Formats: sequence, structure tokens, C-alpha cells
Amino acid sequence: MTGDRRPWLIRAILLVLLVAGAVAFPKVFTNPAVTNYGVLALIFVTVASAWNIFSGNSGYISLGHAVFFGSGAYAMGIAARDWKVQGTTVFALLPLVAAVGAVIAVIFGLIALRVRRHTFIVITIAVFFIFQLSAFNLRSFTGGSAGLNSPFLNWPSAGYNTPFYYIALAFAGGTIAIAVAVRRSRFGLQLRAIRDDEDRARGLGVRAMRVKLTAFVLSGAITAMIGAVWFYYINQVEPQTGFDPLFDLLIVLMAFLGGYGSIAGPVLGALIIEPGTLWLNTQPQFSGGYLSEILLGAVFLVIVLFVPRGIIPTGGEWVMRLRTRGRPAVVPAVAGAAAVGSTAGSAAAGPASTGDAPAASPASKGGAR
Amino acid sequence: MTALLRTEGIKKAYGGVQALNGATISVDEGTIAGLIGPNGSGKTTLFNVITGYQRADEGQVHFAGKAITNAAPDKVFAAGLGRTFQLTRIFPRLTVLENMLVAAQHKRQQRHTVRRRAMELLEFVGIDRHAGLLAGSLSYGQRKLLELAYVLVADPAVILLDEPAGGVNPTLINLIADRIRELNSQGKTFLIVEHNMEFVMGLCSTITVLESGAAVVSGPPEMIRTDKRVLDAYLGADVEDDDHDGTDPADAGAQEEIR
Repeated sequence: MTGDRRPWLIRAILLVLLVAGAVAFPKVFTNPAVTNYGVLALIFVTVASAWNIFSGNSGYISLGHAVFFGSGAYAMGIAARDWKVQGTTVFALLPLVAAVGAVIAVIFGLIALRVRRHTFIVITIAVFFIFQLSAFNLRSFTGGSAGLNSPFLNWPSAGYNTPFYYIALAFAGGTIAIAVAVRRSRFGLQLRAIRDDEDRARGLGVRAMRVKLTAFVLSGAITAMIGAVWFYYINQVEPQTGFDPLFDLLIVLMAFLGGYGSIAGPVLGALIIEPGTLWLNTQPQFSGGYLSEILLGAVFLVIVLFVPRGIIPTGGEWVMRLRTRGRPAVVPAVAGAAAVGSTAGSAAAGPASTGDAPAASPASKGGAR
Repeated sequence: MTALLRTEGIKKAYGGVQALNGATISVDEGTIAGLIGPNGSGKTTLFNVITGYQRADEGQVHFAGKAITNAAPDKVFAAGLGRTFQLTRIFPRLTVLENMLVAAQHKRQQRHTVRRRAMELLEFVGIDRHAGLLAGSLSYGQRKLLELAYVLVADPAVILLDEPAGGVNPTLINLIADRIRELNSQGKTFLIVEHNMEFVMGLCSTITVLESGAAVVSGPPEMIRTDKRVLDAYLGADVEDDDHDGTDPADAGAQEEIR
């Protein structure tokens, strides 16, 4: 029993340290340039995790999540402008922003989720451009190409980033908690069944459209809220920053780098890529940002070619391989060896002991096929 | 006995190809029914129409006294009709146990009850020791067993099996046949599409022959073996050599239902 308990204890300690570190970060690094990295990194941790709740579990790759991010930013800006909301009370608008994101996700989802794979991806891109063009052209509503400015927050300029840091941290933590809850739930299992074989899942009683749409709405609502926070942090939103095509690619890159579908993967990816690009943009030789974008493209290529499943799953395998030194990690009895053997391509050598015949013989047959 | 599952005059065309042309079959409660026919005769299409994967152009499907024509696959499953696929379809990136739990979803049961039931069924088909492995690492035969097991989780009244013996070795074929018989003795009704004549003849109490999208003849195996049109249409010399068990051809003709 103690052997089982220890990894659990180590995990708990690591988690506490991680949370303590995250909370202490702006106290230790008071330089606003550094806390800026923290705020934006946490915003992207939230976005990437929210994206992963839908896309990572369902296998439907959305390249249109900027729709929610931008809509959240604009919803906050328009509400604050038209209702003349001043000061920190704007944050009371966040549930409304979530509702806006949810409504958009329902309509968007009912259209896009009728199709799969490439077609779904293309539709998300198309919807994205509809939103960006609307932001440009509905001038009286969105402010056109000039965008919107956020009302002034009368927070002291010295530690201006700090409250934003904690808001973003709360969002990141909350989103990760939701991601864990989804992963452990029936709902999450249904999503992953849809990812593997949607038609088969429907034949086993999974109401695919409802499940997909629920995940899409959840993901969209979170993304819209963090978009609104981002808007207040940056103080303005323009059509090309709120609805930024690069934003969509960044999220996908973060998820794929860290480990698409895992919970820690997108978090890690966001923590690597967002500060990385921010830093590159401050370097004189990368000024203008174009070189850093080229570099991002190169990183994407390297990931797809060499760690296609991302750091977390592949890293886990490497650790496992080191520990077991090349031996298969799990050898569950005789038929288990047969099953492992058949996947490794080697023929399972004769089903051995008694009682294993039914299970083991198909394995050897399967290996021969 | 009453027909638990019945199709009436199902028609289904793909472009110019009439896959089903008035297919009428019925499956009595508590039986193991077989559905045979040459390639392209519409067996799998009929399965797809019954289970809601394809829409019928015409005709009706009745299950337990209710019309379920063109109901969505999840509704058909919830009504108590489970199926397997010709090319075995499992969820490769879920564990074997998780595969079982997907099918258990629509029942509001306690989590541990569902898990125990899932483990029992895995044991029943003999792959319980692989519960924690990813289903994608199973061999083809084990996948067939898993597919059979997870259909059972939700306790359907009728199970449609599309080529359960296809591409598996004789030992496993016997195991699958045993399991089907055992489930049948517990009251489960089966409708089986299969090319393996020995398997079908040994297992089924009634066999329906499809030809060009319509049922040609339906009756017990002995009758099917000797029916002239069946031999012409499908079985050919293969079964002709089989020992005659004295079925009267006239009697066989009387049992003919369709056309």
C-alpha cells in the first residue's frame, strides 16, 4: 500500500509547489516586463486548455477559436462602452461574456459540427473570417478597423499587471480543473469515443451531436471570457488582433508541442511558446515579428516530424523506456505477451498454458494476418 | 412465437444501384436467425438500415411492436438493438475497459456496478486480463471478442452480428459460436450475417437468403441446404454434396415466404 501511496504523495507535493510558485511569481518578479510574460502565458494556458477540452478530446481540430476570443473581447468592450461601465465593475460582465461565447458556439457548432475532419477545419476557418470581416465592417458596432479601447481602470500603475496576473491564474487553474473533471467523466469518455470512431459511438448510444456541442460550448465560453480579460489587459482590441489567424495556429502549435489530448500538454506548450515568442519579439534581430513567425513554423515542422504526439506522451515513453531498459513495460500473463507481440509485428510464439487457448490463439492468428 | 424484429419491403438505392429491393425479413424472439446471400446482395445494407446508419428509401422496420424506421443509431441502440460491424470497429485509443464503458453510458447506473458488469463480460469472452491495455493493441480476434462484449454491456434484446466468424481462426470461431449459444439460452435474440456456411448452418434455427436486395427464401437450415434456388443463387456445388437429411422439397416450398 505504501508503494501505491508514495507517487500520489509526490504528485500532491509537486502540485502544491507548482501552485505556490505560480502564486508567488509576481511577488518575486516585480518587473512589469516579466509579469507581462506571466499574464500572457497564463492567458494562453487558459486558451490552449479550453481548446483542448473540445479539440483534444473530440478530435475535431478547431482553427476558429479566435472567434470566441475576439467575440469575448468585443462583447466586453461594447458592453462597457454602451452601458458606460466604469472601473473594476466591468469584471461583473464576465458571465455575460461567457453567455455570448456560448450562444456563438451553439450556432457555430450546429453548422460546423455536422461535418468532420478536413471539412470541419475548413468551416471553422471560414467562420473565423466571417467574424473578422464583420469586426472590420460593422463600424458603428465594433469601431471598424480602429477597434475599441477599454475604459480606464484606476489601478496603481506600479503593480498594474499583478491583479491581471491573478485573474489569469484563476482562469488557468479553473480551466485545468474543468479539463481534469471532463477527462474523468462519462462525458469525457464519450468525447474520446467520438474521436476514435464517431459512428460506432453513436451505435452504442452516444448522442454524438449533443456531446460534441456541449464540449464546443464549454470551450467557447471559457475562451470568450479570457478574451475579455485579455482585452482589458491590452486596453484595446482591433479586428486583426482580436480575430487573429495566428492565434488559432498558436493554440494548435501549443497543444501539439506539449501533447495534444493530454491535460498537461497544452499547459506546457503554452508556457513554452508564448513567453518564447514574446522574448523573440523583443530581440532586435527579430524586430517586426516576422522572423519569429518563421521560427514558429519551423518549430511546428520539427514537432510534427519528430515528436508528433507532443512532449508529454513522448517524454513519458522515453522515461518508461529508460526505466525498463527496452523490456516491454507491461507483460500481463501469456496472452498479454501475445497481444504485445502482435502489435510489435512479431508473431506470437505458440499459445502456451491451459485456459489461454481461446484468447491467445486469436492473437497468433491476428499476428499472422 | 412472435417476430421481435421485422423489416417490410425495405428499398435502398445508391445512385443507380438498387442495394435493397423490397427486403422483408423477420426474426422471432429467442432465436438465432441467419442472413446469407452472395456478395452485394444487400446484407450489410439491410443491417445499416435496421440500425439507423442508412436511411431506407421505402419500407419499414419494426422492433418489439414499434416502428423504428430511420431512427438514429443511438436511438436504435437505446431501444435494445445492438450490432457489430463486418470490419471490427473498436475504440483503439481507449482501454479495453473504457471501450466497454462507452456502451454502458445510456444507463443511469452506479459506476461500480457498471464496471463489475463490464469485467464479467470481458471474462465471459476471455479477454478480461487485457482490461487495462489500449484496445488498439489487441489482435484482430480479440477485437472481435471485445466488440461482442461491449455490445452486451447495455443488455440489448436483439444483437445483430455482421460476419462474427470472418477472418478469425477455427478455435475462436468455436468460442464465438459457444458464446452466442449461451447468450441465446439466456434469452438473447440474434440476427447473423455470415459467409461461413458451417457456422451459420450449425448455429441458426432460421436462415433467410438475400438475393439482389430481396429475401428469396427463409426457413430452417436443412431446407436452405436443399432449396434449388438457393443452390443456384448462392451456395453452388459447395453444399450440394452435403448429406441430405430428408427434407421434403414440397414442404420447403410451403415455408417460402417471399416472392
